[in-house]
Amino acid sequence: MDKIEKTLLEAVADLHNVPEGAYNIRANGELSGRATTANIDIVTKTDKSGIDIRIKPGTKNESVHIPVIISQSGLTELVYNDFFIGDDADVTIVAGCGIHNSGDDESRHDGVHSFFVGKNARVRYVEKHYGDGDGNGKRVMNPHTVIVLEEGASMELETTQIKGVDSTSRVTNATLADGASLVIREKLMTHGDQFAETDFTVDLNGEDCSANVISRSVAKDRSKQRFLSRINGNNRCAGHTECDAILMDDASVCAIPEITANHLEASLIHEAAIGKIAGEQLTKLMTLGLTEQEAEEQIVNGFLK
Amino acid sequence: MLELKHIGYSVFDGEKTIEILHDINLTIDERFVAITGPNGGGKSTLAKIIAGILTPTSGTILLDGEDITELSITERAQKGISFAFQQPVRFKGITVHDLLSLAAGKNMSVSEACSYLSEVGLCAKDYINREVNASLSGGELKRIEIATVMIRGTKLSVFDEPEAGIDLWSFQNLIQVFENMDKKLGGSILIISHQERILKIADIIVVVANGTVTDTGTPEEILPKMLGQNNGPCSALTDKLK
Repeated sequence: MDKIEKTLLEAVADLHNVPEGAYNIRANGELSGRATTANIDIVTKTDKSGIDIRIKPGTKNESVHIPVIISQSGLTELVYNDFFIGDDADVTIVAGCGIHNSGDDESRHDGVHSFFVGKNARVRYVEKHYGDGDGNGKRVMNPHTVIVLEEGASMELETTQIKGVDSTSRVTNATLADGASLVIREKLMTHGDQFAETDFTVDLNGEDCSANVISRSVAKDRSKQRFLSRINGNNRCAGHTECDAILMDDASVCAIPEITANHLEASLIHEAAIGKIAGEQLTKLMTLGLTEQEAEEQIVNGFLK
Repeated sequence: MLELKHIGYSVFDGEKTIEILHDINLTIDERFVAITGPNGGGKSTLAKIIAGILTPTSGTILLDGEDITELSITERAQKGISFAFQQPVRFKGITVHDLLSLAAGKNMSVSEACSYLSEVGLCAKDYINREVNASLSGGELKRIEIATVMIRGTKLSVFDEPEAGIDLWSFQNLIQVFENMDKKLGGSILIISHQERILKIADIIVVVANGTVTDTGTPEEILPKMLGQNNGPCSALTDKLK
């Protein structure tokens, strides 16, 4: 693995070297490293590009890392990763995609991740997207996430895109059975002429299931963001969606929350707030000795922390 | 030492010019100075002019002999002026620990941050990792605001109505905070207040009314005059205080 690839790996998965536990590293469209454990198996798909990750029922406190890095300009790929998480398991999955493009051609990673989470299992899924490189070629990522939570299952999804991705369309579809819970936290920052679209659909089908979808974003320069969040309450359930965006320079942000209650006992809330940094926030930090620019950085960093 | 010379401040409301402050002359050299006076008299405007949040339309401000009239908020803060807001600002995502570290200008250790929070009467472990957002009450925010100024320990600390928005019970503790600060802080404290108990511990009281300084003196000189005014807010209350 060269220096550029190592930098990407560190940015998307906080990895300085090969991780502990199960992992699958995909570099420039090919398998670069894999490890399995007694409880976690990773198998290459035979019908299409991608892998199946099978986690045995009752697996506790184990992690899986599946970073993808692209440093070859012009490489485009579509990858399917399916996770089968056994009943009562409790695991952390770290995914992420880093693209370094120093050429003139578009580099693109489209990943379809499907999670089938068994009864009473708990999953923490962390996903980071990052791009760098000084070429004119675009860095594009279109993650599509499918989540199926069985009875009593819970999943926390943290998705972060802070830098360097020119265009992204992020689609997430989730269905929840009785007593299942889903928390999605999205952090997004766009700059330059970037475009980012987020599209969440959550079907609360089970009794007493719940979902909380929270997005915090910062749009700088001339970048554009579009946030759609749909929650359908089809049973006695609780759903909350929140979009909070800081707008800077000539950027634009569009937030479209949509909540539908198809059951009398469905309790659904949406909140959306878009605005520039409050002048008094800048003033307060400046009275502590920070310059206006430093104050702005602190406010943005805190907001996306 | 802070000197205000012939300070004036006016705003244009689209039709006419409204004078908020005129010909304010004031020297602050004492340890603890309280500014008081009726609402709308120009006290908060004066405090903001000292901190650099507002620029005066006339006059000069000197800090230890140096003209700071044209300096920005940041430059004045770096030269040793701190300002506690009447309405503390909320931040999403910035924790109490982050804000105190920013005030200190370094990454503060948890134990250091906790000691400052204890001084303003907050149980540190309950607050240190909380966000400075709408989940904190007005009184809690006020104490954190005061802590940010204490940490800086600058040569001049300006507090704009620290008692505003605080309930009576919390106010009792706040008085103690200021009494302790008076003993510990190296520089001068300039506090805008209507509260007799705060005015009483001041070295000097400055009365600002109708946009200018109408009286200056020790609490012994000023308080009897204020409380004895026939047109006071409520004679039943002032009679009790006597």
